[in-house]
Amino acid sequence: MSIVFSLILLPAVVAVALLLVKGDQARGVLAIAGSILIGALSIFLTVRFFTSGSMTFNLNENHEELAEFIGYAMMAIEIILAVVIFALGIKHKKYLASLLAALQTPLMVWFEFSTGKNIEVENALYYDQLSIIMALIIGIIGTLICVYALGYMKDFQHHHHDEADRRPWFFFLLFLFLAAMYGIVFSNNLVWLYFFWEITTLCSFFLIGFTKTKEATNNSFRALIMNLFGGLAFVLAIILVGRNGVLELSGLLQMAAYSPQIVTPPLILLVFAGLTKAAQMPFNSWLLGAMVAPTPTSALLHSSTMVKAGVFLILKLAPAFMMTNSSLVSAGTLAMMVGGITFLMASCAAISQSNAKRVLAYSTVANLGLIIVCAGTGMPGGIWAATMLIIFHAVTKSLLFLCVGTAEHNIGSRDIEDMDGLFSRMPRLALFMIVGISAMFLAPFGMLVSKWAALESLIYSSNPLVLLMVVFGSSVTVFYWGKWLGKMLAIVAKRENIQHNVHKEEWSSLGSLVALVIAACITFPAFSKRLVEPFIISVYGGLLTEENLQNFLLGSENLYIMMIMTAVILLLPMLFLGKSNKRIMPIYLAGAGLNDNLKFMGSMQKETEFSLRNWYMEGYFAEKRMNLIGIIATVLVMVYIFSSVAAVVFRGGV
Amino acid sequence: MTVMEFESIMKIAAAVVAYIVFAPLLGGLLAGIDRKITARMQGRFGPPVLQPFYDVLKLLEKEPITVNASQDFFVGCSLLFMIITGCMFFAGLSLLLFIFSLTTASMFLVAAAYSSNSPYAQIGAERELLQMMAYEPMVLIAAISLYLVKGMSFNISDIAFFEEAPPGIILLPGVFVGFLYILTIKFRKSPFDLSMSHHAHQELVKGLTTEFSGKTLAMLEIAHWYENIFLLGFVFLFFSNGTILMAVIGVIVCLLAYFLEVFIDNVNARMKWQFALNSAWIVALTFGAVNMLVVYYRLFGGGV
Repeated sequence: MSIVFSLILLPAVVAVALLLVKGDQARGVLAIAGSILIGALSIFLTVRFFTSGSMTFNLNENHEELAEFIGYAMMAIEIILAVVIFALGIKHKKYLASLLAALQTPLMVWFEFSTGKNIEVENALYYDQLSIIMALIIGIIGTLICVYALGYMKDFQHHHHDEADRRPWFFFLLFLFLAAMYGIVFSNNLVWLYFFWEITTLCSFFLIGFTKTKEATNNSFRALIMNLFGGLAFVLAIILVGRNGVLELSGLLQMAAYSPQIVTPPLILLVFAGLTKAAQMPFNSWLLGAMVAPTPTSALLHSSTMVKAGVFLILKLAPAFMMTNSSLVSAGTLAMMVGGITFLMASCAAISQSNAKRVLAYSTVANLGLIIVCAGTGMPGGIWAATMLIIFHAVTKSLLFLCVGTAEHNIGSRDIEDMDGLFSRMPRLALFMIVGISAMFLAPFGMLVSKWAALESLIYSSNPLVLLMVVFGSSVTVFYWGKWLGKMLAIVAKRENIQHNVHKEEWSSLGSLVALVIAACITFPAFSKRLVEPFIISVYGGLLTEENLQNFLLGSENLYIMMIMTAVILLLPMLFLGKSNKRIMPIYLAGAGLNDNLKFMGSMQKETEFSLRNWYMEGYFAEKRMNLIGIIATVLVMVYIFSSVAAVVFRGGV
Repeated sequence: MTVMEFESIMKIAAAVVAYIVFAPLLGGLLAGIDRKITARMQGRFGPPVLQPFYDVLKLLEKEPITVNASQDFFVGCSLLFMIITGCMFFAGLSLLLFIFSLTTASMFLVAAAYSSNSPYAQIGAERELLQMMAYEPMVLIAAISLYLVKGMSFNISDIAFFEEAPPGIILLPGVFVGFLYILTIKFRKSPFDLSMSHHAHQELVKGLTTEFSGKTLAMLEIAHWYENIFLLGFVFLFFSNGTILMAVIGVIVCLLAYFLEVFIDNVNARMKWQFALNSAWIVALTFGAVNMLVVYYRLFGGGV
């Protein structure tokens, strides 16, 4: 238990220390040492897990006072934060935020004093295979992003040198974020889970608004308001579950097994909370808006933490979906429909984007949608696919975000059009990006394996409509990644190499992430065998044995074929790429080229440089239109499901 | 290893070797017949049936030139993955794996065109991406539909030799029509030969292949032959159910389908890309998806 406690507390302590430290060097030492310690502790926990298995922690036996103290401390912090949000909302004239804060925190306090205090929570903390996977993602990728941020924020401060240095605050938020994430993945007590959930909401609010421009402030409030809606749903879910004398996540799942009718309303509310945090339509705009923040924020929000909290919760609930998915009005259907629509529409919207961070943002929203679809099936194959997607998406997307951040600082733009000839200007960075992009959508890499598993599991989901959405969405995905990949591969003549300007910290984070992406693609069958499959067996209790689990998964021979293909695809470029003894000729420019691959002889004998632009298909995939369709469709689904549940609840009582 | 296992492995190995050796010969021959038929349709006499082979041999002797040092690598990888994709098909592996691997092979070709940074090649590459986006939903729908009617397995060997169900075509006529429709895109035939065409009069210089020459172009041609054979193999899956009669019918239908594509090629001019995308998706949604939903509900019952 001490490891779990220290994993939650250590990042918080480092965060406070970073808030107090002012010097560049001290901050660097502290952040790097803290990161290494957090990463090492996560790995240590993994080792412990492999020797002694899953654990639950009962605080009541001999730490009853401690548990009580933690409860009160959390409540006090919640009240303070609610007051802060209320005041900020009034100050910035965002009254909706104030209203939501004034609604949910008193509700929660009232619940705790009336019902909550009478419910005995047996196991407040736990860890299982999924917590371990998440802990590794947070502990390794999260901390790599923090290290990367050291270099990045130096540049950032340099670009904004006329402003006060608020980096202590920035790093405080980053590390606090990590602490809250650990809290989410280890809490079995729903009230604690809710507390950490709200902390991530607050951290992201401050991180998005970090630059304090008008746009940043507006976007940060949008993120806050949308996530407070999710928080409100969370509180209502806790109240509903609490009325049945249960306040534990595991207890909720057990309840689903024998009284599915009772758990349907709270499950739906929790899924709703997860959907807001995972930026699913109609809430996707907060994540797009979060792109104004410094890039490490985007990477942390998108790849390893914030958005993963949402899918984590939905994935935890997945076994309960299987029990309730027989009716159309169920939490699983809500997750699948909203996730499916979001996957399709966000993938389409990504085509029309030329801003690299927005492409990544839409791709993130889409992939989270796919994860939620998989979890929504409540099937073993779906859970496998969802877990694998979480792993691969976390490593690959963080790599891509950080690559874009580095490119932005060195070429002065985050537009894909300006990355022309990046292969000549920053060859190593371009190579890293190529690895990341390929890993996102090509066979035999991990994301695609998971997508394949997702398709197979969806066939059994009794929702062929969602299957079709995924089919079309994945075809669209090929297009937008393909054209970006092409842009990276283009070899443009006579470009100056400028990659020596990149900071050491950035290279070390980027390099580690590339190594992680490749390692994940090669070793994932082992991951599947040691962590993901045991996880699935454990969550289904006695319903599933090891043998019949295999019927739900991709055959192991398929996984080995993928591994071999990965090895081939990695080896080939090392052996053959760029080695040609052919005579190099200029490209064809309709006979008017000037043989330097850059210019042609235009009219009036004027030398003209040509430039190539990508294809955005505005007529088809205009961002506004895709969002509008997605929002209308998802709102309809939500209205249908919520009104049906409300009808049942208020007619029959829960 | 039991005797049975050994036998099945040997069978798979034989199928794969046969594919690697004979597919280019058969594919080249089909291309020759294609040109002959095309010529006759246009009132010409046409080249000898073996002309594609002469062409490739001639390409191999051309002066080795290229526009940059990495383009050939990508074309080579494209050929390699095309062969691997075909091997997966004839080894009877998962149909989905086969489709994804085909995408990777095509992506290498797109990468080769992009790497040249040539305006004409890039337009071709983008159009190739568009074509992929247009045909892929229908291919996936075909795979899922075959899965549903062939005893819930994606393994091509299970689908091809599944004896307990009638041939796929009986339950999947709509999917079959949809698949034939997007086959025109895959065979690079008019009206959908947007990224590269055999008809010079409607081509933007030479599209995707503008910057390829000599051996590189030869590799591309051979990759094409490999590809055409396993695409016809996909058509065959709609008919095969392990009996000799259906196998014969399947082969005949494959040849008819090829003839149909040649015919379509000759009576159409290239259409705009909008038409390719719109029509392919509409066909996938109507013929493909509706048929798939019918077999889906037949299997899992009406209630969602």
